[in-house]
Formats: sequence, C-alpha cells, structure tokens
Amino acid sequence: MQKTESATALARTLERIGRACVAGVEEVGTWAAVLGEATFWTVAGRAFGQPVRMAAVFREMMDIGIRAIPIIAVMSATIGVMLAIQGIYTLRIFGAEWSVTIGIALSMTREFAPMITGILVAGRSGSALAARVGTMKINQEIDALDVMGINPVRFLVAPALIALLVMVPALTFLADVTGLLAAGLYVRSALDISLPAYWQQIFEFLNLNHLVHGLGKSFIFAVLIGLIGIVNGSSVSGGAEGVGRVTTRAVVQAISAIIVTDMFFAFVVTR
Amino acid sequence: MASPHSSPRGKAIEVEHLETQYGSRKVLKNVSLAVDDGEIMVVMGGSGSGKSTLMRAILGLQRPTAGTIRVLGEDIAGLGTRKMAALRRRFGVAFQGGALFSSMTVGDNIMLPLREHSDLDERTMEIMARIKLEVVNLAGFENLMPSELSGGMLKRAAFARAIIMDPKILFCDEPSAGLDPVVSSTIDDLILRLREAMDMTVVVVTHDLDSAFKIADRITILDEGRILFVGTPDEVRAQKNQRIQDLLNRRPPEEALDPEAYLRRLTGESPSGEPVS
Ligand SMILES: Nc1ncnc2c1ncn2[C@@H]1O[C@H](COP(=O)(O)OP(=O)(O)O)[C@@H](O)[C@H]1O
Ligand SMILES: [Mg+2]
Repeated sequence: MQKTESATALARTLERIGRACVAGVEEVGTWAAVLGEATFWTVAGRAFGQPVRMAAVFREMMDIGIRAIPIIAVMSATIGVMLAIQGIYTLRIFGAEWSVTIGIALSMTREFAPMITGILVAGRSGSALAARVGTMKINQEIDALDVMGINPVRFLVAPALIALLVMVPALTFLADVTGLLAAGLYVRSALDISLPAYWQQIFEFLNLNHLVHGLGKSFIFAVLIGLIGIVNGSSVSGGAEGVGRVTTRAVVQAISAIIVTDMFFAFVVTR
Repeated sequence: MASPHSSPRGKAIEVEHLETQYGSRKVLKNVSLAVDDGEIMVVMGGSGSGKSTLMRAILGLQRPTAGTIRVLGEDIAGLGTRKMAALRRRFGVAFQGGALFSSMTVGDNIMLPLREHSDLDERTMEIMARIKLEVVNLAGFENLMPSELSGGMLKRAAFARAIIMDPKILFCDEPSAGLDPVVSSTIDDLILRLREAMDMTVVVVTHDLDSAFKIADRITILDEGRILFVGTPDEVRAQKNQRIQDLLNRRPPEEALDPEAYLRRLTGESPSGEPVS
C-alpha cells in the first residue's frame, strides 16, 4: 500500500518533469521557428512581394537603440567607477593597485558592458516587444494583418529583430567606451596618473579579441531578447492581465537567459 | 419576399462538412453552408454557438479538423503562403473590436493595405483613404488615433479599412456588439449601402436579431455548433421549430438541454448564462 503510493507519487513527479521538459523543448522550438521565419522574410521577402521595410527597421532602431543611449551611458559609467574602486581596493592589499587598469579593461569589455547592455535592453525593449505583440494579439490586430495578406512576422518581428541585432552590439560598444572612460577618470584622481597614460595602459592590454568576445556575446543576447519577447507576447491569453503576465515573464526569462549564456561563455571560452 | 439577389449566381463561399475543435471539444459539427455571389448572408446564433469560429475558419485563421472550405472558387486548405495572401487581398474583414492598429492614425490604418500591396504614390493613397472615410461618414478624422474614436466610429473606421482594396467579400464579426441601438442601426445602413455601392458579397456574424432581419438576404442559424436552418428572413420567421422560435422570441430554452450544455453552464463557460427555469 505504502509502496504503491510512493510509486504513484514518483510517477507523478516524473510525469511533471517530463511535461516541463516537453514544454521547454516546444518553446525553444518556437524560438527557432520564429527566427527561421524572420530570416526567411528578411532574405526572400522582396521576391514574395513583401519586403521588410527599412522605415520600420529604423523606427525600431530609434526605440531600441537611440533612446537607450542615456541610461546605458549612465549605467556603464557607474559600473566602470565601481570596478575601479573595487579593483584598487583589492589590489592595494598586494600593493599592486597600479595594475588595476588590466582588470578594468578586460572585465569591462568582456563581461560588464555586454551584460549591463543586455539587461537594460531586455528591460526596456524585450518587455515592450512582448507587451506590443500581446496587446495586438488580444485586439485581433495580428489576425487583421493576416487577413490583409500581411505576414505578421515580416511586418512586426523581422524589423524588431534586425534592429536588436544592430543596436545591442552598438550599445555594448558605447558601454565599453563610457565604462572605460568613467573608470579612467576615477583612476586618474585616485592613483594620480594622467588620462592619456591610463588609455595607453588600457590599449596595451586590450586587443581586438577582447572586444570581439564582448560584442559577439551581445549579438547572441540580442537574439535571445527578441525571440523571448516575441514568443511570450504571442502566447498571451486572457485580456489585459494576460499581457502583464507575459511581459513580466519575458523580462525574467530574457535576463536569466542572458546571465546563463554569459556564464556558459565564460566557462567555455574564457576559462 | 423575392430578394433582388435570387437569380442564379455563382457561389462566393462553399463550406462542406466543416468540423473544428479547441483541444478535445468540438465547436463546429458538420457545418455545410453556401453563400451566393452578391448576397448578404447573416450567420446568427447565441453567443458561444461558434459564429466567430466559423468566420475564422473561412478566413483561414484556424485550421478545421475536417471538411472543406472553398472561397471564390479556391480550396483554402491547399493554398500556399503566396496564393493565400493573394486570396486574402480580395477579402475585407471588419473585426469585432475594430482591430485598428493603435500605433497608427486612422488614415495610416486605412492606407496600410495600399502601402503594402500597391505601388500607388502617397498622394493617391491619401485620396483613396479619404474617399473610403467619406463612404463611412468619417471624413476629416484621418489624423486621429484609434484611441480617440468612439465605439461606433471605430467600427466605421474598421469598415473603411476593410473596403480600401475593393474586396469581393466583406466579413463583419458582430457589427452591432457594444453599440447602442441607434448607432447599431446606422452600421446596418452602412452595410446595406456598401453592398449596393460596391456589389460585394457580405457575410455578417451577429447575435442581434433586429440587425439580422434588417440586412439579411438569407440567414443561417447556428446553434451549438450545428446549422439549424438556412433561409430568407421570412422563411425564418415562419419556422415552427421550437429552438428557432425560442431564439426569435428571446426565450431561454424550455428544458435543460443536454448534459454537456448543462455542465457548461454550471462551470460558467457559456456566456449566455440565463438561469435555468
Ligand atoms: N481560443 C479558444 N480556445 C478554446 N475555446 C474557444 C476559443 N475560442 C472560442 N472557444 C469556444 O468555442 C465556442 C464558440 O466560440 P465562438 O465561435 O467565439 O462563439 P460566438 O462567436 O458564436 O460567440 C465557445 O464555447 C468558446 O468558449
Ligand atoms: Mg463571436
């Protein structure tokens, strides 16, 4: 009796895990389908009489990229100063505070700039994307596009994805520059070296590889933010509340995906 | 009554043995229906009877589990992306809530199909949009956002967008839902006027009896996913069938129906939840 009960409990747990796995695989499958379809329309849309409109791409770039510049500049500068303070404090224990620039150069370009940019864009644009697609679905605007013979992936999804792919690396580069500059200003006053000398040290350590490592990751973050926003938005059900739910879900999922991907890269590439 | 459209014509829409289901629950059961060219067909039924589902299936927004649907002579199940898009360009659809894009002005909403499917220059598109706005009595509203329109105006703007490409078939889902009787009656007049002016086939889905009798050439009565009757408004009025008479006199059905329907009412799934007498 006891035994069968625990056996059924085990079966139930296994079933639950199984279901969660299937749901997870299904969701990733949907991401792949959306990515495939968006790529298809971007490449072949013109041949089908439905090109991806540059005007729409620029509008998205404005929203996703240009309007995010102030917050990304401020946040990366803050992180840069924080890195400098922490680095000098730690290295002073060994009397090696002069080597703080190498730490700043590598952690900023390889880790912090792509990460902070990804998280901020996920919060600003990933959520907006989910909310927009969700609202449009609820209001039958997606159906309306379909019956007008306008493919919603081509019309809505492809411009947002293209804009993310361009703007997230661009913003990451901006974060690299402002982060390093802000750190430099702090280092200058704390260690009493000139700014040109600081930059010279930075460029001694920093080569293209480090920059490309960070920018490459930001490219992947861009894809993750876009797909997670869109797939969550289009899975909406249950009116305005549903839109709130999928928006939150999109942000949490995107930020988690960014952090996990980042860790994976550190493990595989950096180690 | 001899309707002006009773002469033998081609079929705009032919639905045969259609079945659709959500999950495991069948919504449409063996629905067959033909809509003649140029007629106004009203699909009537209580809420939850499957009217919207039928319309979504005909529009190709939802795959049926069985049956065939031919629209303008084409079997929509066999159409590829490009052919389907081409066919849909000959539809106009006014959705229940209007479904105007909230990020665009009314004018841009109406011009969108032209922008996407034609090479007309901006000026010509603007003129065409203004003509259609004139038709639906919304002239001068092209620069407002959809959120600035009233319910009746939203519906009319949705009609303007639906007819911008001069469609062969106009679909309207619940044109009078959420409108007061006066405004709703102006929408009925609009539908009649559009048919006269543009010689379209019109499919209207509604639960509004007055509206149905006013505009229909023929009425299809849908009841719990089955077709109960198809005929002219006079034929519908003359029907002795108890369910139809109940519907016409807005009486709740006499006896508790089948157990499934009863269960649905208990679980609050059916929106037509009159108390069982
Ligand atoms: N997306 C959906 N998922 C599950 N059930 C649905 C969905 N849409 C409609 N239904 C169900 O199908 C039935 C018919 O719905 P619908 O076609 O919208 O009815 P009507 O338009 O006549 O009010 C209803 O019982 C409704 O609960
Ligand atoms: Mg409906």
